[in-house]
Amino acid sequence: MQFFFEVAISGLLSGLMYSLVALGFVLIYKASGVFNFAQGAMVYFAALAVVGLMDQGLPMWAAIIGAFVIMLILGLATERFVLRKLVNQPAITLFMATIGLSFFLEGLGPLLFGGEVRAINLGIVDEPIAAIMDGIGIGISKFDLFASGMVAALVLLLALFFQKTKVGRALRAVADDHQAALSLGIPLQHIWAVVWGVAGFVALVAGLLWGSRNGVQFALTMTALKALPVLILGGFTSIPGAIVGGLIIGASEKLAEIYIPPVLQDLFGGNFGGIEGWFPYVFALLFLLVRPEGLFGERHIDRV
Amino acid sequence: MLYREAGQFKTSYGADSQIFPIRQDRIGMALLLAVAFIVVPLTGSEYWFSAILIPFLVFALAAMGLNVLTGYAGQLSLGSAAFMAVGAYAAYNFQLRIEGIPLVLSFILAGCCAAAVGVLFGLPSLRIKGFYLAVATLAAQFFVVWVLTKFAWFSNDSSSGVISTPKMDFFGIAINSPVKKYVFVLGIVCVMAWLAKNMARSSTGRAWMAVRDMDVAAEVIGIPLMKTKLLAFAVSSFYCGVAGALYAFCYLGSVEPDGFSLDLSFRILFMVIIGGVGSILGSFLGSAFILLLPIFLDQVLPPLAALLHLPFTNASVSHIQLMIFGGLIIFFLIVEPHGLARLWQITKEKLRLWPFPH
Repeated sequence: MQFFFEVAISGLLSGLMYSLVALGFVLIYKASGVFNFAQGAMVYFAALAVVGLMDQGLPMWAAIIGAFVIMLILGLATERFVLRKLVNQPAITLFMATIGLSFFLEGLGPLLFGGEVRAINLGIVDEPIAAIMDGIGIGISKFDLFASGMVAALVLLLALFFQKTKVGRALRAVADDHQAALSLGIPLQHIWAVVWGVAGFVALVAGLLWGSRNGVQFALTMTALKALPVLILGGFTSIPGAIVGGLIIGASEKLAEIYIPPVLQDLFGGNFGGIEGWFPYVFALLFLLVRPEGLFGERHIDRV
Repeated sequence: MLYREAGQFKTSYGADSQIFPIRQDRIGMALLLAVAFIVVPLTGSEYWFSAILIPFLVFALAAMGLNVLTGYAGQLSLGSAAFMAVGAYAAYNFQLRIEGIPLVLSFILAGCCAAAVGVLFGLPSLRIKGFYLAVATLAAQFFVVWVLTKFAWFSNDSSSGVISTPKMDFFGIAINSPVKKYVFVLGIVCVMAWLAKNMARSSTGRAWMAVRDMDVAAEVIGIPLMKTKLLAFAVSSFYCGVAGALYAFCYLGSVEPDGFSLDLSFRILFMVIIGGVGSILGSFLGSAFILLLPIFLDQVLPPLAALLHLPFTNASVSHIQLMIFGGLIIFFLIVEPHGLARLWQITKEKLRLWPFPH
């Protein structure tokens, strides 16, 4: 039973990391209705920018600020050169455009900052916390705890931003109804620029956390693929959904990875690892059939 | 002057509804086929057959499959490579396990297997669409590759899931040289392109397009949504399955499940977007473009970098290639959503009016 909890908890914590990427998706989707497939590439790009700037001799804090500025510019450029030209196109066209954007960033990042695998050291070691280990015998990594703290802080920050600031209110207005927001005098394009900036910021945080855990490498772009089932589960427009979805996906995929292969092995023989790769998708897919709007999504959905 | 339909009167329904209503198109097509079937096999070099022409035809077939689904029926799929994998492994198993099965029959059966899998993963499309469906097809992508890797039965107990394709023969003619493979692939692709073209302009294709353009309206005018969508999934996966079998048998000769990665799916999607969404010709153009662009860049970029005194490695070529692919996708979506096929169409219209532009 203890082992079960240990697996579940490590799954929950890594699920929070998925939530972080999923948050970026939700932000952009909420405010502009664009499903940004390039979020994973943005995470990779942001992490690369940080290590790339550090390679140039900048201290870490300066590199992070520099990377943030780069992400802002990137967001503005995306809005200016891609999205603005595709206004009023079907959502699926915008989606394909972000696939193009993701390839573009995956090429541009390594070209600018070098493609070799590098480490980010945030100064937090990835080892179990002794006190908890001794107390209840379950290992919780310091790094995981730190990461979840960061996620919590980020969500709090975003919630404050959305609820308390003028820009945040404008963002919510745009999310509810583009046209109504426009007729109230909310400049849509500024708002989109802000949204892409915020999404860039979230990508930066995700890139820092993922990068310091697994190294800054191309595989970071795969985080976007992990975030998709999280979105399906949590609902496309819900920030709490992204968090809860991430937790469920993280825990369930780790548990599936531990408990399903032995069953298959008894039945068929052979090695059946790697269930993690597809389990979240099939899980999300089955969930979709029962509740298409996700756990916290809006009930309005393109149903046929 | 040459390309003008003036004076060509249609006097029967048959003449009016043929694939190429303009005589010059028919002559052009006949010439093209003659070149492809007779001149190219006589003159082409082995490198051209095995490195360019065969993959071009195979990818064109796969792109055609995705085009049926995405271009005509409007359902986005990111799992085409998975359906290709099903086709490749199914064809291999039919060859392996059924004594003396004709090659073409095993390809058709492989296509049917892929179609069955496609329908299975297309089922969610009845309730959802758009991005949600993209996730559903991603599930197919990851799940199929995993199954083929982990269940050794599919690869005849090969440890890493690699299959090497057996000797092929087509009604007694051994297909063992690049030229013969090329002609074989060309034959299959031509027949299937012809079928696809006819499907697209028949009531089936019109139903797909109606669903694509507005599903609710399509249902109101009596098009059965479920049947239409699942048929699109089945046909699309069938094409991808046959393409996968050709990919394994005639192009590579030996494949592993990981070869059918998400990356391959994306390449096929790019072929469809750049070539032309909702166009059979576009599948060919897109396939040629995506296949030739890296070769072109490999030739052009290093000298260019040397000219500008820039540091240059092989890695940068692949990075620039990614950027160009991505940039082109965005460019085409913004400037010419109907892709290269539309450019060709515009050229033809200009030619009809030439020399008077109005």
